[in-house]
Amino acid sequence: MFPELNNLLNITPDRAEQGKLTLLCDAKTDGSFLVHHFLSFYLKANCKVCFVALIQSFSHYNIVGQKLGVSLTLARERGQLVFLEGLKSSMDVFFQANEEPHPLQFLREANPGNLQPLFEFVREALKPVDNGEAVWKCPVLLVDDLSLLLSLGVGAVAVLDFVHYCRATVCWELKGNMVVLVHDSGDAKDEENDILLNGLSHQSHLILRTEGLATGFCRDVHGQLRILWRRPSQPTAQRDRSLTYQYKIQDKSVSFFAKGMSPAVL
Amino acid sequence: MVKGIMNAPPLSPGGGGQWALTPSGGARGETGHKSEMLDSLLGLGGLMLLRDSVEWEGRSLLKALIKKCALSGGQVHILGCEVSEEEFREGFDSDINNRLVYRDFFRDPLNWSKTGEALPGGPLGALTAMCKRTDPGPVTIAVDSLSWLLLHLPCTTLCQTLHALSRQDSCPGDSFPVGQVRVLGLLHEELHSPGPVGALSSLAQTEVTLGGTMGQASAHILCRRPRQRPTHQTQWFCILPDFSLDLQEGPPVESQAHPDPHTPPVDPMTHLTFNLHLSKKEREARDNLTLPFQFSSEKQQALLRPGLGQATSHIFYEPDAYDDLDQEDPDDDLDI
Repeated sequence: MFPELNNLLNITPDRAEQGKLTLLCDAKTDGSFLVHHFLSFYLKANCKVCFVALIQSFSHYNIVGQKLGVSLTLARERGQLVFLEGLKSSMDVFFQANEEPHPLQFLREANPGNLQPLFEFVREALKPVDNGEAVWKCPVLLVDDLSLLLSLGVGAVAVLDFVHYCRATVCWELKGNMVVLVHDSGDAKDEENDILLNGLSHQSHLILRTEGLATGFCRDVHGQLRILWRRPSQPTAQRDRSLTYQYKIQDKSVSFFAKGMSPAVL
Repeated sequence: MVKGIMNAPPLSPGGGGQWALTPSGGARGETGHKSEMLDSLLGLGGLMLLRDSVEWEGRSLLKALIKKCALSGGQVHILGCEVSEEEFREGFDSDINNRLVYRDFFRDPLNWSKTGEALPGGPLGALTAMCKRTDPGPVTIAVDSLSWLLLHLPCTTLCQTLHALSRQDSCPGDSFPVGQVRVLGLLHEELHSPGPVGALSSLAQTEVTLGGTMGQASAHILCRRPRQRPTHQTQWFCILPDFSLDLQEGPPVESQAHPDPHTPPVDPMTHLTFNLHLSKKEREARDNLTLPFQFSSEKQQALLRPGLGQATSHIFYEPDAYDDLDQEDPDDDLDI
């Protein structure tokens, strides 16, 4: 996890909020560093994490996690981390005996109906263990990323329904948190992606949006991060807060600074 | 336009059209001023569309309207699809919560748990069932949200159900005289194409579009009264933690970024260390100058006829030691 980002969001592993949906969105840049941040953050906070990783392999996240101070292998052995490696387990859809639906069952269907098997997998992974002892703190669901599901043929409404059910189970019933990543197609008019992004924005409590700089690539400033706190149901006595920072990604950390205040420029 | 406003339910005589400009500490009492907007929004009945966006959310205004309806008597039914019942009821005190009948479509809207608890007929069946009321009086139905229904149901079916709901004589089998039915629907504008939004808009008697600027929320209210022209108003407001409404003036005009038309533009040539201006003589000299590559008639004549004192040109050549001078003309063999 990146301590500077924790300061900006005003959270610490000991004092994380519960029942929140955080939306990560990137436009014209790669926002995956935020996924690594939240993964290591919640592992350090002693939460039970279910990670639906569709984009990269386990070893990729493990290597980055080690730089940030967590060992995914160890967490998986201890039972703290349930890892669905999309790249590897997509093969199991074809070669596994058909006992029960595979989480990625939609890959086999000509018209992918819904993501219910994936939701059942998440629910099974995060349900509290019956022995009554609370070993881990609140459950957390991480998805990297949802736009890939659209590319695989699932409709935007089906993805929204999946997130809805996960929200009902993880955030409301189990009082846990959710972090999902969606790409913003920006100028390319992708209507399904826009429906997904806007629909999720309405449901989210916190939106972290990374954007590339409007002027192009820069060696010292890799992009801009916009933080928007939303309270969908509470009245607007305190207006939704929004902050914008620029950042530079280094080997083991990310440094944030106000716009125009990069150390390279000052 | 003013005439339409004056025909609204008479809450306070005169000045009804000045909402956007009247300071909050006007001649009328503050509480009367606050309830005006909600009263007149609810007075029309039928379908009210609350159009919100990611930046300016509308659920809190929906809850403020629900609170108003609950306090003024009558039943309030809520079809909740987007947030949990606890989250929706948060902020209401207990006597309001007791008057709300909540139909929960958040936990298991698509019946994935297959427990058989799902309400028959789905959300539309639940909406129609809300019409069948047991005691007379106005009924308010709040839909949170219409966007969820639009994404999961065909637009035509939804429009037909809403139309049937908001009509006065819609519910057969009622033993009580039919009262007024109000439907409050929350719609997230960015999720839908203009077609379905336009269809819902045409069904609505009142449309409230939420927006704002510089941290202050505004509601653009469009009222369609029968046999009158539609009226437009913009009202700045703020919702308090107990979901009562506080009307406000708009943001101050000075802080808006308009350039002042009376300030003359600054002349950039006033403080230079060099001279950019031309005197009259200099200007004439400049105009009379012939440019070197400009082809005028004098130049043409000079080229065609060499001048009197102009001899043919001479070439003076000093050969180097390495030069091999051949006196023969290389073009001799040409037959010209």
